[in-house]
Amino acid sequence: MTFTLKASVAATALIASAGLASADCGIESGSVRILSNDFSALHAVNDWAQKCATDKVEVTKNETEEHKNIQVPALTTNPATYTVAVVATNSIVPLMNDNLIRPLDEYVAKWGQQLQDSQKVYVDGKIMAIAFMANAQHLFYRKDVLEENGIEVPKTYDEMFAAAEKLREAGVMQTPITSSYMPGWNLAAEFVNTYLGTGKDFFEPGTAKLAMDQDAAIKVLEAMKKMTEYMNQDWATYDANAQKPVWDAGEAALSINWGSRAGAYIAADNPSPEIAAGTAFAASPAIGGGNIPTAALWWDGFTIAKNISDEDAEASFRAMMNGISPEMMAENPDAAVWLIEGYQPTPAAVGVIADLQGGARPYPMLPYMGMLHTALGDNLAEFLQGKESAEQALSDVTAAYNTAAKEAGYLN
Amino acid sequence: MPHKTFLFFIWPSLLAMILFIALPIGSVAYQSLFIEHEKILIEAKNCGPFGCTSQVSVDAEAMARLRAEQPAGRFNGLGTYTNPTHLATDEIADIVATSKNFGEIRSRIMNLPFYKALIFTLAYTFIVTPLVIILGFIIAVVVNSVPKLLKGPVIFFSLLPMLVTPLVGSLVLFWMIDSRGIIGAMLQSLFNDPTLSLKASPTLTWLTLFTYGVWHSAPFAFVVFYAGLQTVPKDTLESAMVDGASRWERVRFVTIPYLAPLATFIALMQLMDNFRVFEPIIGFSAAASATSLSYLIYNDLRAAESPLFGSAAATSMLTIIGVIILLLPVLRRNWREFNRKT
Repeated sequence: MTFTLKASVAATALIASAGLASADCGIESGSVRILSNDFSALHAVNDWAQKCATDKVEVTKNETEEHKNIQVPALTTNPATYTVAVVATNSIVPLMNDNLIRPLDEYVAKWGQQLQDSQKVYVDGKIMAIAFMANAQHLFYRKDVLEENGIEVPKTYDEMFAAAEKLREAGVMQTPITSSYMPGWNLAAEFVNTYLGTGKDFFEPGTAKLAMDQDAAIKVLEAMKKMTEYMNQDWATYDANAQKPVWDAGEAALSINWGSRAGAYIAADNPSPEIAAGTAFAASPAIGGGNIPTAALWWDGFTIAKNISDEDAEASFRAMMNGISPEMMAENPDAAVWLIEGYQPTPAAVGVIADLQGGARPYPMLPYMGMLHTALGDNLAEFLQGKESAEQALSDVTAAYNTAAKEAGYLN
Repeated sequence: MPHKTFLFFIWPSLLAMILFIALPIGSVAYQSLFIEHEKILIEAKNCGPFGCTSQVSVDAEAMARLRAEQPAGRFNGLGTYTNPTHLATDEIADIVATSKNFGEIRSRIMNLPFYKALIFTLAYTFIVTPLVIILGFIIAVVVNSVPKLLKGPVIFFSLLPMLVTPLVGSLVLFWMIDSRGIIGAMLQSLFNDPTLSLKASPTLTWLTLFTYGVWHSAPFAFVVFYAGLQTVPKDTLESAMVDGASRWERVRFVTIPYLAPLATFIALMQLMDNFRVFEPIIGFSAAASATSLSYLIYNDLRAAESPLFGSAAATSMLTIIGVIILLLPVLRRNWREFNRKT
């Protein structure tokens, strides 16, 4: 059903953008083929890139959550299936590892006047991607519920647990907290977020050797376990998509969730308007006496494939410049925390901006980070379910990471 | 049949089997012996929207040259098979040497990813398979005695679980057993326990998966048994009736022995299918409590940003070996019967 829905939405977008296609980006000819993830901010960017389509310029897009699995094989072929791969902090890594994307310096000099310096992602002195939005997890809270019960907006994990306890004792909510704790990518992201908030690093600098601070990691795991005590008992099946229905049903008052989803929570067309009106955002809580928000900062940006003609590459860059133009942003101010010049934060951006200002740290853009992410996702659930100790969980993570890193050639 | 005629008939399917089964398995076995080249890392200043840091990245061009020289990677022998995420031979030796009692050995081995997955896979196979055969047989006998007019609709509805795509079927059940779903809410009010959730505890998750497995596969057993029932010799049944056999005795002493070879066939198919259990784990979001060998393969290929082909290949080979071990007793019995007949 979702497929037909998506297809019809895509078709509608296609028809709508075809109607608006009069906007001429000045591209003479070429083929632009975009592969991207599937959420509203990227839809906006892709739709604006599609406005560059003319009789001589073809612009197609494939918006799918499977983009991470598609991108490497699709860009390995020559010519590549897609000319543009929209990536995030983590998903650019495999493209760089396999040398599948081209430096953009030449195009930036020619066509990238609108870009701010912070949008240019440099790797080894070359611009490899153009970032256009920032994303991070942060605190979602029910202002109305907290105020009614005399609770301040929690700034630390301890305050968050105290708030949850108070709501539970007052009989307001039995499970006031909700977050994406489904084992796999989601759970690992929560651990990475929280661990970054301790200020410690994952690896020995310059090597793939895992060097997590044991005490900090255990503190993080214990905080996560305490989180689950205030969550719906089915927490192990809740991914990021499962959060909003729970929130809209009024079953939770505190949530750690993605900034890119904040807009939908307070949108005017939300199915529960009174809950949407009471929803507000703040920085991720700090942990262990520190003051760093427990959130990883992510950017989303675009890259251009290597195995395509220079003509297509240039056309793609110019179409994407239209995709991330200030005009696009003016039409979709709420869709994301844009990194585009002239961006004015909207109410939906409060949380991400608070993370940024609080000094949250970026998600590590390291070639072996993905393997640690997988190892974390596979090995933390048993501790949270109370089946093993935090030390055992961490040693399982280390074993899984070391094995994977050896197979991939990062460790010996 | 002369060998020549036999060959003449078999060659198209033999060719297809070599092309689409034997060669891919051979290539997977070959891949499982290799790991990736040692990565050449370079450290450089990288900048992004959140500032500049000195970071390592992979020297893609140097790696491309290495790969061009040796496309398969570095030879690792059986190293991948014995590493901690597969058979974990060193870890097991260590566990046996340092554990105090058998219970500790068992629980520590069950914490290793491969054995954790194996134990669920085996439990699923050996619980679901017999239940499928029994339930399928019961449904077949019942449907066989339904009046002719109702037979069509009854057969159709009994087949439905098998017609539904496994992933969709498990998702449907997953939503129904949600605490807000019809089954979940009913169970809660039945047991008068508002915190009861089939998704929360590992034991209940296992039970749910087993139930799903039986629900999904019983129609297969039913179809086979139902077809078999149509060929049960009427005169034997009638003479049993003349001898005063009750309905149960007729089933027990005529129908069951007659359908026994079919049960072997179903057992064979189900052992193979159930050993590869995968979709319900995804559909039920059950990975926290249950993983299977196929899930491990999926995880190696899809979870990470860069797939671990060697690791996935090794798990695939171990799965094939597992299937062969499982089927050996059944195949041996068939072989003996075949020899007896000729």
